[in-house]
Amino acid sequence: MTDTIVEARQVARHFGAIRAVDGVDLDIRTGELFGLIGHNGAGKSTLFRMMLGLLPLTSGEIRIAGESVSGPAFRNVRRMIGYLPENLALYDNLTGMETLRFFARLKGADLRQCAARLERVGLANAADRRVREYSKGMRQRLGFAQALLGEPRLLFLDEPTNGLDPEAIREFFAILRELQAQGVTMILTSHILADIQERVDRLAIMKSGKIQSCGSVQALRETVNLPLLLEIGGAISAEQVAQALAGLPVLSIEARNGRLWVKLPREAKMPALTRLMALGDAMQDLHVREPSLEDVFFGLAE
Amino acid sequence: MIELGQIGTVAGKEFRDRIRNRWVLAIAVVFAAFALVIAYFGAAQQGSVGFRSIEITIASLVSLVIYLIPLITLILGFDAIVGERERGSLDLLLSLPITRLELILGKFLGLSGALAFATVAGFGLAGIAMASQLDAHALLNYAGFILSSVLLGMAFLSLAVMISVFAADRAGASGLAIATWFFFVLVFDLLLLGALVATGGHYGGAMFPYLLLLNPADVFRVLNIFSLDDVRTLYGLATVFPDELANPWLLGGIMWMWIAAPLAVALWRFKR
Repeated sequence: MTDTIVEARQVARHFGAIRAVDGVDLDIRTGELFGLIGHNGAGKSTLFRMMLGLLPLTSGEIRIAGESVSGPAFRNVRRMIGYLPENLALYDNLTGMETLRFFARLKGADLRQCAARLERVGLANAADRRVREYSKGMRQRLGFAQALLGEPRLLFLDEPTNGLDPEAIREFFAILRELQAQGVTMILTSHILADIQERVDRLAIMKSGKIQSCGSVQALRETVNLPLLLEIGGAISAEQVAQALAGLPVLSIEARNGRLWVKLPREAKMPALTRLMALGDAMQDLHVREPSLEDVFFGLAE
Repeated sequence: MIELGQIGTVAGKEFRDRIRNRWVLAIAVVFAAFALVIAYFGAAQQGSVGFRSIEITIASLVSLVIYLIPLITLILGFDAIVGERERGSLDLLLSLPITRLELILGKFLGLSGALAFATVAGFGLAGIAMASQLDAHALLNYAGFILSSVLLGMAFLSLAVMISVFAADRAGASGLAIATWFFFVLVFDLLLLGALVATGGHYGGAMFPYLLLLNPADVFRVLNIFSLDDVRTLYGLATVFPDELANPWLLGGIMWMWIAAPLAVALWRFKR
């Protein structure tokens, strides 16, 4: 068994003149929790669909556990994959249990698993109710239970936290961690960065069909090195502040909403604070705004 | 390699879905009611009430079924694929160890099963109610009518599945389905008639019966009318219809082509 479960090499997908995915190289390591981030239209769904074998590649190659997803071994490859699509609506007339049995049969999984999977996502009590009566969160859980059928070694989760409340999101990631302990590899997308930033092992940021950056959250923060923002309140003018900070590599000083906003590189933080303190009572308020992970992403994805 | 189990799983789910939402029950009740009403009250306008000949009953039912079955099967099947696409479940199905051929066949066979069950149950129950008044020959004709109704339904179901593969969304698919019904059931015959009248019947008159084969609804009509001697003279078709076409096996075979061809086109498109 190799250390890499998904290998993408120079993967491209063009729709006419549009290069939805444009020369992507990506290695997903066995057993990691991997996040794929990007604006709408950045190409992450297209890449996802190609990894699942739902969309042919214009060029390049994708291998899962060393096999092509649409090659002769496709049934075996697909049996080890679990997939939760974005905005999935299942069949209103079937009960939760019937839904799982349908997918278990197609997947060639043991039908006795169905009850255990429903239990695991907290739907045991709703097993015999029709999906029609399910809430949005319950439907999302059912979709997740479906992805866990068989013994998947690789999970593709597209916006899996959609429709889940914070409590359910916590439970969801608890299940993901259990799966990870069993050696399952997971790839997920999310547009709510706060939901995943502290929970994934590595992230890839996509922009215009390319992988802009890939690594751990910490590594990404360091690569980008975005400036800090100081927010100053009080009866103090931009000129006074500029004077106080003279000699430091200040990037900009703006007056907005009755407050002053100073942008400066991280390394100038302490000297700048010392000098501002010397201004005394004129300065009534001071906030230091660290760049959030969101800023990191948008910095990269801009 | 086709896996029959996968086809069966999809077909079973579709069939169960239509039983569950009472589609099958509703259609069976409608068919049974129509058959009995036509059999016993069809001559009410002529002042008589009671069972008439099975041939007249079948001829009346044919006129009814030719409108009804294409409509209900197009409605039954138009969202088979596009509905899954819109729901987001198509990607999920295709990520499973199932081929597109197996998925389409499963959908088609499951819906065909629901249609066949409803048709056989509906007209069959009416047949049982009439059985005391029918001889063996009449029963055979009636069974032939039921069988050809199912084939007619499958042909339009096949068209519906094709529409559901080509359409971009459900709304578009329903529009196409209605247009298809309009064309084959209402417009097609008028066009042929118009062409015949416009040319004064001098040209292509001999081709006319063959052109009817381009419409599964007309194949159904010819198939049923030709097995009934009374009705054939009634319609005056005996004089214009070439003998080599008046063969129920040949017409049945053409019906099967009407079932297979749209499905094949659907699969070709679905694989792209």
